[in-house]
Amino acid sequence: MKRLMTTWLLLAATAALAIDTGPAFEDPVLQARYEAIIEEVRCLKCQNQSIKDSNAFLASDLRREIRRMLEEGYSDQEIYDFLVERYGEFALYRPRQTYLWVAPVVLLLAGALFLFFVLRRRMALPVDRDADEEAGA
Amino acid sequence: MNRYVVPVVVVLVLIPFLVIGLKRDPSELPSPYIGNAAPEFDLPSLTRPGARVGSDSYAGQMALINVWATWCVGCREEHGFLMELAERDIVPLYGINWRDDHDDALRWLAQYGDPYVDSAFDGDGRVGIDWGVYGAPETFLVNADGIVLHKHLGPLNETYWQRDFMPLIEAGRQQ
Repeated sequence: MKRLMTTWLLLAATAALAIDTGPAFEDPVLQARYEAIIEEVRCLKCQNQSIKDSNAFLASDLRREIRRMLEEGYSDQEIYDFLVERYGEFALYRPRQTYLWVAPVVLLLAGALFLFFVLRRRMALPVDRDADEEAGA
Repeated sequence: MNRYVVPVVVVLVLIPFLVIGLKRDPSELPSPYIGNAAPEFDLPSLTRPGARVGSDSYAGQMALINVWATWCVGCREEHGFLMELAERDIVPLYGINWRDDHDDALRWLAQYGDPYVDSAFDGDGRVGIDWGVYGAPETFLVNADGIVLHKHLGPLNETYWQRDFMPLIEAGRQQ
């Protein structure tokens, strides 16, 4: 049992190591930015993985490009723009169109408002005993 | 009876949206380039040693740019149709040999035929990224002004050609 577990752990460890094989940046700040960016970018070949988690060659190409851009001094914003320009907004896990983020709040408020008016109208109605019995209340 | 009207109407309105949502293929992404200028590139030619192939090769005319590779199953599937297209000679077909092995690519063309006016060799995939390529085969239709009119993802065939490409080509000619 113990041996089996060790094997599994080792396997898991190799799988985790195998993906990003590039060398780490010398500058820890760049390394941190790099790691943050590659978690935010979708691998378009394997859509439910970020390019950090994917070993598809498209993901490794994109990691290489992001690495190069960081080394050349591009800002995070410029790197995201670079990707969106080529692959569309879908390349980012957190799309930047504001309406997508605002829509749920707006819908929730609209629902609450609707509910409020319906309930207020109901409260103003005289109680209909027959209807309540019909509904099984 | 009246109380059922609102929910029924809401459901009826929602159904078309849900049906459209179901029918959309999430792996097919619209290219942000459609309607915009195609990216420029300049790469070594696959077949002619020392020569270059790039956006300048087809500047000023309508062209098809087909992204292909020998490891790509869909490319094998569409190859026969590309050969036929080359024979029809409607629009010049250029290839971008993407992320491939140079010798394998030459063997492929020798074995199955070469439908391309010329193929650019993009060994490290750098130009592929510029074109937003994420899965070969991909075929772009670019007009004389260098604007991307259409992008087809996956193997091309007669049906897609007649439906998606020919109307655009004919419209482009009439201008």
